[in-house]
Amino acid sequence: MMPILTVLTALPVLGAVVAILSGNRAKLVAAVFALAALAGSLWVWFSVGAGGHMMLVERSAWVPDLGIEYHLGVDGLGALMLLLSAIVTLMAIAASRAVPAQPGQTEASSQPGLYFALILLLESGLFGTFTALNFFHWFLYWELSLIPAFFLIKLWGGAKRGPAATQFFVYTMVGSVALLLSFLALFVATGGMDFEALAHFAATGELHRLIEAHLGHVELILALGVLLGFAVKVPLMPFHTWLPDTYAEAPTPITMLLTGAMSKMGVYGLLRLALPIFGRELFAIRTPLLSLAVLTVVAGAWAAVVQKDLKRIFAYSSINHLGYCLLALFAVLLPAAGDPARALSHAAALDGVVLQMFNHGLTAAAIFWFLSMLESRSGGSLALDAFGGLRKPAPVFCGLMGIALFSSLGLPGLNGFVSEFLIFRGVFPLAWLAATISVLGLLITAAVILTVIQRVFTGPVNERYQSMPDLTTAERVLVAPALALMLLLGLAPQLILGTVNPTVVHWIAGWRF
Amino acid sequence: MLALTIYISFAGALLLALMPKATPALARAVALVTALAGFSVALLGFFSPASSAFIADCAWIPSLGIRYTLAADGISRVLVLLTGLAAVSGVLFSWNIARRTSEFFAFFLALIGGVYGVFLSADLFLLFVFYEIAIVPKYFLIAIWGSTRREYAAMKLALYSFLGSAMVLVGLLAAYAVSGGHSMNLQALAQYPFPVAFQMWAFPLVFVGFAILAGMWPFHTWAPTGHVAAPTAASMLLAGVVMKLGAYGCLRVAMTLFPHGLDPWGWSFLGIGSWRMVFALFAVIGIVYGAAVALVQNDFKFVIGYSSVSHMGLVLLGLMTLSQIGLDGAVLQMFSHGILAGLLFATVGRIVYERAHTRDLDALSRMHLGKSMPFAAWLFVLAGMASMGLPGFSGFIAELQVLIGAWTAFPWFAAVAGVGIVVGVAYTWRAMQRAFFTDAPAPSAAPHTPDASEHSFEPITWAEKAGVLLLLAASLAVGLYPRLLLDAITPAVLALPHTLLTGGRL
Amino acid sequence: MNLDAIHQLFAITLPESILEIASILILVVDLGFFRTPARRAAHAARMTTASVLGVLGCLASLAWLIAHPATASVMDGALVATPVVAAAQAGILALTALVLVLGLTSRFTRNPGEYVALVLLSTTGMMLVAAARDLLLIFVALELLSLSLYVLAAFSKSSPRSAEAALKYYLFGGMSAAFLLFGFSYLYGIAGTTSLVGIAAALATGTTPLALVALVLVAVGLGFKVAVVPFHLWAPDTYQGAPAPVAALIASGSKVASFAVLIAVTAALIPSPGWTEVLLAMAAASILLGNLAALVQTSVRRLLAYSAIAHAGYMLLGISAHSPQSNQAVLLYALTYALTTVGAFAVVAIVERQSGHDRFSPDRPGSDRPGSDRLDAFAGLSARNPILAGTLLLFLLSLAGIPPLVGFWVKFNLFAAVLQSPSAHTWSLAAVILAVAASAVSLYYYLQVLKRAYVLPPAHPEPIPVSFVEMTVLVLIALATLALGLAPNLLVQWIPIG
Repeated sequence: MMPILTVLTALPVLGAVVAILSGNRAKLVAAVFALAALAGSLWVWFSVGAGGHMMLVERSAWVPDLGIEYHLGVDGLGALMLLLSAIVTLMAIAASRAVPAQPGQTEASSQPGLYFALILLLESGLFGTFTALNFFHWFLYWELSLIPAFFLIKLWGGAKRGPAATQFFVYTMVGSVALLLSFLALFVATGGMDFEALAHFAATGELHRLIEAHLGHVELILALGVLLGFAVKVPLMPFHTWLPDTYAEAPTPITMLLTGAMSKMGVYGLLRLALPIFGRELFAIRTPLLSLAVLTVVAGAWAAVVQKDLKRIFAYSSINHLGYCLLALFAVLLPAAGDPARALSHAAALDGVVLQMFNHGLTAAAIFWFLSMLESRSGGSLALDAFGGLRKPAPVFCGLMGIALFSSLGLPGLNGFVSEFLIFRGVFPLAWLAATISVLGLLITAAVILTVIQRVFTGPVNERYQSMPDLTTAERVLVAPALALMLLLGLAPQLILGTVNPTVVHWIAGWRF
Repeated sequence: MLALTIYISFAGALLLALMPKATPALARAVALVTALAGFSVALLGFFSPASSAFIADCAWIPSLGIRYTLAADGISRVLVLLTGLAAVSGVLFSWNIARRTSEFFAFFLALIGGVYGVFLSADLFLLFVFYEIAIVPKYFLIAIWGSTRREYAAMKLALYSFLGSAMVLVGLLAAYAVSGGHSMNLQALAQYPFPVAFQMWAFPLVFVGFAILAGMWPFHTWAPTGHVAAPTAASMLLAGVVMKLGAYGCLRVAMTLFPHGLDPWGWSFLGIGSWRMVFALFAVIGIVYGAAVALVQNDFKFVIGYSSVSHMGLVLLGLMTLSQIGLDGAVLQMFSHGILAGLLFATVGRIVYERAHTRDLDALSRMHLGKSMPFAAWLFVLAGMASMGLPGFSGFIAELQVLIGAWTAFPWFAAVAGVGIVVGVAYTWRAMQRAFFTDAPAPSAAPHTPDASEHSFEPITWAEKAGVLLLLAASLAVGLYPRLLLDAITPAVLALPHTLLTGGRL
Repeated sequence: MNLDAIHQLFAITLPESILEIASILILVVDLGFFRTPARRAAHAARMTTASVLGVLGCLASLAWLIAHPATASVMDGALVATPVVAAAQAGILALTALVLVLGLTSRFTRNPGEYVALVLLSTTGMMLVAAARDLLLIFVALELLSLSLYVLAAFSKSSPRSAEAALKYYLFGGMSAAFLLFGFSYLYGIAGTTSLVGIAAALATGTTPLALVALVLVAVGLGFKVAVVPFHLWAPDTYQGAPAPVAALIASGSKVASFAVLIAVTAALIPSPGWTEVLLAMAAASILLGNLAALVQTSVRRLLAYSAIAHAGYMLLGISAHSPQSNQAVLLYALTYALTTVGAFAVVAIVERQSGHDRFSPDRPGSDRPGSDRLDAFAGLSARNPILAGTLLLFLLSLAGIPPLVGFWVKFNLFAAVLQSPSAHTWSLAAVILAVAASAVSLYYYLQVLKRAYVLPPAHPEPIPVSFVEMTVLVLIALATLALGLAPNLLVQWIPIG
């Protein structure tokens, strides 16, 4: 059998090599490889089907002494994330200019080959992260995805890109080191670093005993270390401070990747590592965690209100949207065995989380894509007040972007609604207070998005943008599939849930808090 | 067969010493051929462990029971391989030495020969002889061909090294006398039951003696100045293999001979109750201190110099864990740091400095080297990533093992070492940004010059590319397939005295 | 004394006799053939003839010594012949021959015949000192050795420094001889015999305060000969002022002989309490002061003098251990040290000669001093004469104790013997630690010379010419330091454990 996951991960790397050699035609090359990767992800997606457990598993010995094994596999979550990564990468490539301009540099020296190569490397890092089942190479991809992101921001970002890139990198590294140290401790205790094996140990209670025996009472510290690693990445407030600067300073296509795909690495990590392995310990601190999640939801939304820059508004809005995922994740930290109603709530919440990951990825990427189109028309400015009445000169743009905005707002019939509904359906029975307060976040987000629509699309036409060109045919064609997908998923979420739900059920059966 | 590495290197050194008037091209060719020959032998020997267990054994000084004994276990083979790599890349990165070329390579190869000898010696007298042989050429390499404050740095380095080796010598003499003066064979002496009270003072003496060369805090101060002053190839060797001599001596001599020197004293002060804790503490301080100081340096080479102190701290921490995994990690980190320090020094000292003629980060930040020297920039990014311990490169797996070992032995030290790693990320990234990727505008006095200066650097030579490729490939190979080395290291570690693998307590 | 005894005495002193005959022959040839008004030969020819004859005399003596190994004791044990003594004597002869060869091109004297004859006389003294086991004979032989050297030190008649050196050497030497004689007389008073064996027996039966006085006086007298602190004051000035070959002889053959007699005297005095402590104290002081004072020297000869004091300290440490192994180690140390020093002094002499040339070169006005041994005169030596610099490198590194040169091995051997000796105690360990640490420090000043030779650019770029013979001998000595370091057995098997 073909090692499809390995091939899929290697494909963008190959693409990166070709892209770097192809100079000004790099965008085309990158698009071709990204399309191929999308095709591969789709194949994986359909192969997984309603399996629920790990499929397409590849295992081979690597460094047995250190518990290192080359172990790949996907379940519904992994497959969905592969798909999302492939889609968002393709969107980011489409949104990029063929010769991305570096500030202060002539086009000749802007190295388009490098730019697209880095995007493809990032995609490879994402694929690897979402398929690895052994800490060793999972961590490899987790870290390596940082490097291309760093350079994309550093070399092609906005005015303050230097500090922003460094802040992004150092924050994430701090989280990574905490994560690393915790997993080393796990290795010391158990002699292995395989996710499934560790989860199994945790489910049987063996893990607890082993840690006690080898290291003493440090379970909670280890759990916090792992949590920190992911909390920075998602982010969970108050570990979010790197995010607005980074999203704002990154070139917009890269922001699409950051919010659309990379932020999902954190949620993915919580689902794949933190909850199965450290469920007990996190259960012990459930209330503080829920409080932070509520803070993330509400404060993220509120911070968006006071922003003046469109990119920053949607950066905070992203924090808010992923806050729902965190809310649900922490809410399910309750034993569900022998309680069918609670198990149902768990399933609903987790289905919602996974779906929200995909939806937010798609929607946020689309919104930033529109922002990049706006940016290229406005000559770089994205201030909230700079625009006005755009629906007159650019009705198609406003209409299409409106769809994405409403999806983000959670309008029924679009994809965002389904996932947020599922999350609240699951969370209310599990943590009613947190859920109630979080509803506030929904309302504020609605207000923010409506404000954006009002300030940018309606009102008096700003003279500068009197003759702003509408979307070109090419742009329309490119954007259309993404919007179509939003509609499709809003109407038929079963397309995704059909695969995700078996996986979630499988998890709930295995997890012990 | 591995013994050939020693003979080849010394033969090359002798040949070059005897032809001081040779043209630079000829001298380079001779040096490269010698280094390659040594490397090939090291490589062959590495993959044929059976033939290298015992290499040579014959009477040398019968009156003292000293024998000429060479042997190689997995640790030796790994380090010999490292030496071979460092030798070849060192020659390649010295391709531009035009002054007194044959003398340079003669000293260089003499140093290499000494290093090979230390790693292969199984008789302590012989080991010490090679150890000292390796020290003298360093002085001349730095004093003659060095840069910033070279005479001071060279003398400091030489004196530190000699004070260290004097401590080692006292320890060895004492061990020799106490054991009855029949043999200096490492195995034979390791079997001898030295009184615990004797080990309690002999161990720290010998350990510190070697650790000085390994750059252990607070005896590290020779390292940054030495690294900075040395010519590129010498920096590469210094950080790449000479510091490993120290660490190797700590493991092979101090810890193997006097394992009970690591036992608890029976009393403790502030939680420090044994030499093991003392040196682990020094190691951790070194990790954090080296990284923190690297963070505020303005001379590019000092950044790398202090990073070496930090990385060697990990080696020493790994040694002090007294567990199989920690020792594995320490040896692997020796190899990894050897490769990566070589790469970093090559990038900074040869590729950048020889072209930009400054190592000042402020000055470099105005040169837009990321644009004008993309090769160097991306090379430094890769080397920096490897050095900060990103997975996929050799550094990661080594740090991983050391930290795992530390987790079992001293959890708090592991956590502090983690902080050191974060700081390591910060200084690498800071240096990289300031040297290659700042976009501070060129000074307004000469607004039109950047374009002119940007493209005036001479192109990267084939020798540089070959050297870079060699080191990067080695780091990646080990990072992605650590068993390449671990399969050799682990059996050798398991063959060490039992107390070294069980936390010093039975 | 019957005829047999006389015959035996003649037999074991035949090597010394050969030297005496050679020295007389040299005087006869020089005065009789070259000084006649008819044939006023050139200085170089006279020097060469005298030196060659002297070397031949040494070699003949050496050949006899090696060809007729003897173990004997004559004159009631006053003079002995053992393999150990023979080894020391052979070493002394070889060193003298080397000094003569290396002095071939010296220009410091107008009387080469007398110079070589005196060298051979002092060598005779050295050989007798090494073999003597009786207070009187020791004293007489020491005086023969010393008086010849006093005269030799002053041999550069035109140099005020040479006169100063000789005067200091003479005054200190005379005083120390008086102390020695005084001490010897006490020993005689205690034991009623001048034989070392008898004295040992007498001291072993019980000690008196008088013995302690005697010990101190003997220590003063012999301490002067080997130049250990605090009786070292003459050494730097003498090493600096004496003609180079003479300084080399003082530093080499004379040292070997003095240490040989010190070993013998120690064997007699060891039963007395206090002797080991006195030796250890002098050793420690010499090691410290010698090495520290050498750090600040700017004259290479003075630097070598202080380093000689330090080396004497190491050897004294070995003597204090007083086991068969340590005695052998001291002898090995003394011989190899002397060999290396002869080489180093030869290089210094060559550089001095050349810097004299430099000084008289047109761009620099002449000076009253013929040459300079200052550190700066060595600048750029490796560019001016790489082979010469290479030999200097080996000599100095060997003195510093860097393997694989012989200097390291003898040090190791010596310290190992000290720690292993049955009488080793905490203080010996402390002294060994001090010695090892100090030898690490010593690298600093040796490197100061080597730094000039290798690192700094030459002040005068023209090459330094060295005659073929000198260069050959230097290279041979350098190779010997390397070969003996790589294969110490060559030397060890030749010098038995006494």
